[in-house]
Amino acid sequence: MSLTQTIAKRIGWGLLLLIGVLILNFTLISIAPGDIADSIAGDMGGADATVIEEIRERYGLNEPFYVQLWRYVSGVARLDLGFSYFYNTPVTELILEKLPATLLLVFSSQILAIVLGTLLGVLAAKKPNGIVSLLVTFLSLFGFAAPVFWSGILLIIAFVSIFPLFPVGGMTDVTVEGGFFVQLLDLLHHLFLPMITLASIYLALYSRLARASMLEVLGADYIRTARAKGLPQRMVLYKHALKNALGPLVTVAGLQFSAVMSGAVVVETVFSWPGLGTLALQSILARDTPTIMGILFFSSFVVIVVNILTDITLRMIDPRIKAS
Amino acid sequence: MSEPFNNTTANDVAEAQIKVSHPLAEMASMFFRNYAAVAGLILLIVIILFVFVGPYFHPVDPFEMVWAPFSRPMEEGFVLGTDYLGRDMLAAMMVGGQVSMAIGLAAALISLFIGVTVGAFAGYYGGVVEEILMRFTEFFQVLPTLLFSMVIVALFGASLLTVTLAIGVVSWTAVARVTRSEFLRIRELEYVAAARSGSASDWYLIFKVILPNALPPIIVQANLMVGSAILFEAALSFLGLSDPNVMSWGQVIGSNRPYILDSGFTVAIPGFAIFLTVLAISLIGDGLNDALNPKLRQR
Repeated sequence: MSLTQTIAKRIGWGLLLLIGVLILNFTLISIAPGDIADSIAGDMGGADATVIEEIRERYGLNEPFYVQLWRYVSGVARLDLGFSYFYNTPVTELILEKLPATLLLVFSSQILAIVLGTLLGVLAAKKPNGIVSLLVTFLSLFGFAAPVFWSGILLIIAFVSIFPLFPVGGMTDVTVEGGFFVQLLDLLHHLFLPMITLASIYLALYSRLARASMLEVLGADYIRTARAKGLPQRMVLYKHALKNALGPLVTVAGLQFSAVMSGAVVVETVFSWPGLGTLALQSILARDTPTIMGILFFSSFVVIVVNILTDITLRMIDPRIKAS
Repeated sequence: MSEPFNNTTANDVAEAQIKVSHPLAEMASMFFRNYAAVAGLILLIVIILFVFVGPYFHPVDPFEMVWAPFSRPMEEGFVLGTDYLGRDMLAAMMVGGQVSMAIGLAAALISLFIGVTVGAFAGYYGGVVEEILMRFTEFFQVLPTLLFSMVIVALFGASLLTVTLAIGVVSWTAVARVTRSEFLRIRELEYVAAARSGSASDWYLIFKVILPNALPPIIVQANLMVGSAILFEAALSFLGLSDPNVMSWGQVIGSNRPYILDSGFTVAIPGFAIFLTVLAISLIGDGLNDALNPKLRQR
């Protein structure tokens, strides 16, 4: 199969998965106890039976399950995720408004974790019993065991409460005025702690993985050949070995992405980062079903896109991978 | 002094062969040679004693207000201080730990059950069954786990049961993959073919022949899953999605969170308890991995 065919197949399967996500969400919400019309009425400060009936009519809650499901799915196909009765805004608009903040947090922390993790892994593999190796082992234990909100809170206690170097939360400071660069600096200032917190979990994972993968590659015959040719250590490590050791790292980074989105929910809550996670929590607490469903759908969509990109990247790194 | 050299009898040879130790004993000795794993085991035992036996020595109701709020640890007679309602933190750590551990264990058992079932059938039958089951698994991998379980808990109410189910239902995919790949490998081995030629039923082959031999990596995975289920429960409670009438470590963190800038200890202590517990579990996991999969040790 050619690359385009493979990608087309992946995209087709991705679309099926998304429809599955939609149906699952919709079914869950329908079988859950409690009445949506009641909770809308509750948000309005209570209402009598006729108003509740009107709400039912307006949102089509009286129609059979499959009609409602079909209406929802066909709406999503037109990029219409419904209307949030809590925020009084179309859900698509709400999500697009919060999306950049989440993507910024998620991608910056992933890039940081991958680059730093790979570097640590390579250095550790160079001396399997050296001090960097020990650091990697220590990091990976810490990264797995420390609850992400706890490390975030410890960072807040350390760098906001004891040494006031960073803002306690939010994404920008409205009192900061100035040109583009001043604004950018302000954004980075706010981004730093949440980014470090989210990156810490994955730094642990990637450095351990990069170490193991490098150690395996460094034992291969072609590395010995490269060394025998008299190539400098730097060339052997970063050009010959690293390129081949990256495969498992990219695979895992792609697989982890749905967990990263989950981690972002917690980190955003800790640092009041105005992204999808904060929106998700607020809408869940407010029982704002259209928004909850929209976010679940949208984050699954992002995960699927990232998985397809991972596949393509893997093929670019390693031309030996043929479509199977 | 001169011991005869050539007095080895057939009896001695047989005895030497008998001395080959039981696989379990060999595994245990391998485990106990790993100092980090032993340290993890001791740590876990200490935590379990603290959590389950501690309340007999420190019989304080964790829900009862005993003092002014935010008394710092050791300062006014409270070893770990008091929380935002003036409740004893030491008692909360003990009782909360029971809940955290119970949820972790129960959720891990649920996901183990789902994961092993899906993985075993996929790996054993192959073909269409495998295709469908693995697609099903992939579907659950795409759903952001925490978000999905948040939705489940929010929709069906925050009780111990829903929280445990919500964690178990979203975290079985790794077990399914491990189980499947073990089944794929083992079903081709000769002893399985032998059992099959003895007209053993599929059921017998899956659960009596293959599964016991596939267990080592599953056990390692299950052990890690208890740790991540504890973390998962803590994250849900931290977000406010847990039973407010049940005290758990995560719940203590969640309820004290608004006051971290003044009294960080009320959050740092339960977080540290979770950290230590999960650390102990993962150290044990590493040790089990070495002891159960000796071939993988060089990696």
